[in-house]
Amino acid sequence: MKYRSVFDIIGPVMIGPSSSHTAGAARIGRAARLLFGRQPQRVGITLYGSFAKTYRGHGTDIAIVGGLLNFDTDDERIVRSLDLAKEAGMNVTFIESDERREHPNTARLFLEDEKGSLEVTGVSIGGGKMEIVELNGFELKLSGTAPALLVTHHDRYGAIAKVATVLADHRINVGYMQVSRKEKGSEALMIIETDQTVSDTAEQAIAQLPEVTGVTVM
Amino acid sequence: MDFRTVAELVELAETEGLSISEVMIQKEMETFAKSRADVFSQMEKNLDVMEKAVHKGLKGIHSHSGLSGGDAAKIRRHMEEAPVLLSGKAVLDTVSRATAVSETNAAMGTVVATPTAGACGILPGCLFSAAERLNSDRETMVRALFVSGAIGYCIANNAFISGAAGGCQAEVGSATAMTAAAMVEMAGGTPSMSANAVAIALKNMLGLVCDPVAGLVEAPCVKRNAMGGAIAMVAADMAMAGVTSVIPPDEVIGAMYQIGQNMPNSLKETALGGLAATPTGRALERKIFGQPNNE
Repeated sequence: MKYRSVFDIIGPVMIGPSSSHTAGAARIGRAARLLFGRQPQRVGITLYGSFAKTYRGHGTDIAIVGGLLNFDTDDERIVRSLDLAKEAGMNVTFIESDERREHPNTARLFLEDEKGSLEVTGVSIGGGKMEIVELNGFELKLSGTAPALLVTHHDRYGAIAKVATVLADHRINVGYMQVSRKEKGSEALMIIETDQTVSDTAEQAIAQLPEVTGVTVM
Repeated sequence: MDFRTVAELVELAETEGLSISEVMIQKEMETFAKSRADVFSQMEKNLDVMEKAVHKGLKGIHSHSGLSGGDAAKIRRHMEEAPVLLSGKAVLDTVSRATAVSETNAAMGTVVATPTAGACGILPGCLFSAAERLNSDRETMVRALFVSGAIGYCIANNAFISGAAGGCQAEVGSATAMTAAAMVEMAGGTPSMSANAVAIALKNMLGLVCDPVAGLVEAPCVKRNAMGGAIAMVAADMAMAGVTSVIPPDEVIGAMYQIGQNMPNSLKETALGGLAATPTGRALERKIFGQPNNE
């Protein structure tokens, strides 16, 4: 089920004009920032389909940048986000792509600073809802509606079990889990949506597992 | 408490002896382990935002592009001053409020997406207008939002609710159907009457293309919100009169999905076709952006 809550339908509270192009876009930007873990210095935003065709009038540009500045869908600062980004020292470039993507409202964000980089692809599926569908080349499906844990790790036996054990020890229940890897034995990614919030101690315990290379809590 | 289709929703309501709003409230509580008070107060906040958007728009508000604004106030004045009204006071009251919210949205004001921002005028427009005539209390109004949400939930999970995915039938069409069902419950109708209102309303929106001029959610969107409001009210009255839909609501939703799938991309919010591609549409696009988005 793509829509689970009545508030996915009646909501979000948002700054106009378009829930797909503005609210959904802001949420993609915010999720990217959260995944990056900090405010990026340079951002390249590639827009596809309807995003590429109509982003200027819809404020898709200001919404994504607002999200990158950590603004919620109803934050009135979204309207001034391009200026605010400049003031915050964030350099943003927009690229309009003619490439056809599966969903008409798709954006690919490349975030970068001296510490590292991250590539995130999100789709705005309507009514302000979005899904992250790609992260650093890994295919995934992340809605951002439930607490989520992203764990990059070496693709070795026992890695998944160890992470699951830490969660069980912290009484965290897994609602949805997905494991993907680029190729057998290489780098892999676990996406775990949980019923309970993942505490700092649980996060640290997972980060210290020998197979684990990175942990992000959303 | 689980449903996926309008038929399942109505059956659940009837066998449990509950209203549609109550089924939706209980489902939300169960799915997210939330208290009734939490779920209810969150929806109440949405109602407050809607009310502010109505007031803001009725005072007269203009968008940055200049494509929309001021019509809500114009309709309101006409409704109050004209010696004769062709459609009637109730209709114009609804239409002025629906226009007000859509104009607020186009001017980058704060709105509640119901189910989307492009279609955000219909539900509040009808709700605040009907509440005055029905003397509805705040609880009844919040409940109406849950009815709308329940129908939107069925449409969103079986078809689509965005213009980019399924044309304006998916957006203004869904909002109109959701609202029609809510109006029925507000007026004391049964769950199956609400379902018929959904079918009657959505049938009249089938095939509606999404062709925003210059790609903006303003023209024709604001006026489609106004007319969606009018259709929702009439569909609700028809259902209250006992009129039933020949095609059941879920099949109408299925038809909407199929039509949307068959619709060319140029008519799905790309601003490549329809009204966006008319000489005036293109001229406005050049005026607003200097050069067209799509050339």
